[in-house]
Amino acid sequence: MTDLLYSEEEEALRAAVRDLLADHCDAPGVIARTESDTPHDLAAWKALTDGMGLAGLLVPEDKGGQGATHREVAVVLEELGRAVAPVPYLTSAVVATEALLACDADDLLAELASGRRIGALAVALNVAPGGAYKVVRHEDGSLHGELTAIADAQAADVLLVPADDGGLYAVDADAATVTPQVTFDLTRPLATVTLDGVPGRLLGDAEAAVHRALRAGAGLLASEQFGLAEWTLTETVRYLKERKQFNRPVGGFQALKHRLAQLWLEVVNLRAAARNAADALATGVDTDVAVAVAQAYAASVAVHAAEEALQLHAGIGMTWEHPVHLYLKRAKSDSIAYGTAGAHRARLAELVDLQTP
Amino acid sequence: MTDAAELQRLTAELLASHPPASTDRLDFLKARFDAGLAWVHYPEGLGGLNAPRSLQAVVDAELEAAGAPDNDPRRNGIGLGMAAPTILKYGTEEQKQRYLRPLWVGEEVWCQLFSEPGAGSDLAALGTRAVREGDEWVVNGQKVWTSGAHNSRWAILIARTDPDVPKHAGITYFICDMTDPGVDVRPLRQITGEAEFNEVFLTDVRIPDDRRLGEIGDGWRVAQTTLNNERVAIGGMRLPREGGMIGPVSRTWRERPELRTQDLHQRLLKLWVDSEVARLTAERLRQQLVAGQPGPEGAGMKLAFARLNQEISGLEVELRGEEGLLYDDWTMRRPELVDFTGRDAGYRYLRSKGNSIEGGTSEVLLNIVAERVLGLPAEPRTDKDVAWKDLAR
Repeated sequence: MTDLLYSEEEEALRAAVRDLLADHCDAPGVIARTESDTPHDLAAWKALTDGMGLAGLLVPEDKGGQGATHREVAVVLEELGRAVAPVPYLTSAVVATEALLACDADDLLAELASGRRIGALAVALNVAPGGAYKVVRHEDGSLHGELTAIADAQAADVLLVPADDGGLYAVDADAATVTPQVTFDLTRPLATVTLDGVPGRLLGDAEAAVHRALRAGAGLLASEQFGLAEWTLTETVRYLKERKQFNRPVGGFQALKHRLAQLWLEVVNLRAAARNAADALATGVDTDVAVAVAQAYAASVAVHAAEEALQLHAGIGMTWEHPVHLYLKRAKSDSIAYGTAGAHRARLAELVDLQTP
Repeated sequence: MTDAAELQRLTAELLASHPPASTDRLDFLKARFDAGLAWVHYPEGLGGLNAPRSLQAVVDAELEAAGAPDNDPRRNGIGLGMAAPTILKYGTEEQKQRYLRPLWVGEEVWCQLFSEPGAGSDLAALGTRAVREGDEWVVNGQKVWTSGAHNSRWAILIARTDPDVPKHAGITYFICDMTDPGVDVRPLRQITGEAEFNEVFLTDVRIPDDRRLGEIGDGWRVAQTTLNNERVAIGGMRLPREGGMIGPVSRTWRERPELRTQDLHQRLLKLWVDSEVARLTAERLRQQLVAGQPGPEGAGMKLAFARLNQEISGLEVELRGEEGLLYDDWTMRRPELVDFTGRDAGYRYLRSKGNSIEGGTSEVLLNIVAERVLGLPAEPRTDKDVAWKDLAR
């Protein structure tokens, strides 16, 4: 049976990441950054990677990484979700790294593991593991085409691009045209990647690498969703103990208490599902089911938590100044990222033999 | 301290002196109790050895392997799970000696006389009166939702001994003889057609003062021990995937392709995911208990399973189409055990409606989560400083 708890080392890691994010990613700073020219917080990224070595958790030590597992990565993602931190961790240290682990590209892997270079898999953020994705043309030794909704491409130094010949190519980001899109989620920017006869280095088979990358991304996204759901619940409970109307704390009204208790139950469930997915990715046992279950469950909880936080904060929750909108936007975008809950349920129907009519 | 090796040695000794194959079942159980192997965490002389509770599994495994009879704990769930820990904590030495042994071996089955028609979620408002007459108490009132009352020798009873103080302060806890001529047990038929429960009418029932548990007026505190123990059993369970109510409906889906529709498929998959996630949460809770870090998740598990059982069984009735229009059997019966999955979907649907009511309604449990886990303020109380006799009813 999977280990669903946190080890002492994992709790220590959590505390360290939380401290770091308290220094770097306070809410007013994150809000201000969303409309600046540098939507990614590269100082926070440097502290997480250079300082703590967290970009290399999934990379074996002999390949320049930390040789940790998805369980530790999940803890980092919980904290990043709590802070809606605008760093390319899920995209570079998980998804791009997993794609490289499926290929023969140790030099790139070591660079990503160090955090000195940032990688992005050039597959639209909404694609589910096993789902169809767009490819570029490979013609006369160079790549041509346009790919959209590529998460964190703006911050990337290297793009991992699937082509129509079935290969996955590494492309220097400087050689591509990366155009920011106006995104719903202000803290995970998307961009269009245009390749106009750009050289690429063949890394390996795209299908296997993309599948592995998206499966890990989907499974670990659940931990980010848990982190942001837990933050919104905790913050809402705190606010409702403080906020008084009708000469009472608003949190004492049974109608609201029941809603928060219900939400607590969902968040507690999500923690178990997310821990299970992280553990299954680490051990390789029952991984497809664990990932599909976590992603079929997580989206509705994270969105519900953020929506409840907004409604229960009421007027202040509708303001740009209050951070709850960042969580709502992230939660809603996460419900599409790496496949919707419906896509994961459809996959589950095959995996556990509950066939469609 | 008694360790696992010592328990194995004592178990082997018991098996040698009382070979299960040639020993009467009750004699074996009594010998097991006297050897301290009944519930090893209980004190010596009361069926235990003051050993860690976790070591019970060692004894149980050895006895099961040897084919020894057990005490059929499901037949006396209230006795073993609720009455015994309360007697252990609050009983006099005489009471412990008198009641625990026959209780554990199953000679004497127990029931619980707590809920009343006018005291459900607000149990402390109960109105059954106990009036002192010399060395006895005279009890009058009505209790309800008493499972097993018709098979029981004894009951744990809470009754009002002082109506002039606030409700929590005027309650006293008793052991009630179910063979007293003033005890009238009437089956209470439920929406399933069965009568799992009873109404119990108490008319001039006489209880000697030496069957009181705890101090006069301290019954509410004593009852907390009983009610807290009601939930202990849930923690240790390890459920396999599809182990709960989702199992039968999933099997029906696989075996009966002609029943499948798109709408039912979407609903089934959602409930399958919810069931699996609830199972993982229960497993996580179990791992926390084993690691000695019990979490507050237990408070939510009953809520989660009540909703799941109701929605899944409701879905299964629809899935069955024409068969869903039928019911297996409305005959009035008094089952000894509750069967949650052995009968048809219609029965499961109806019985599971009780899951969000029995043992604390879902509404009360949500309050408990909100107040004890999230720390939200309690509702303003208007009943705390009012004498019981002056409460609205």
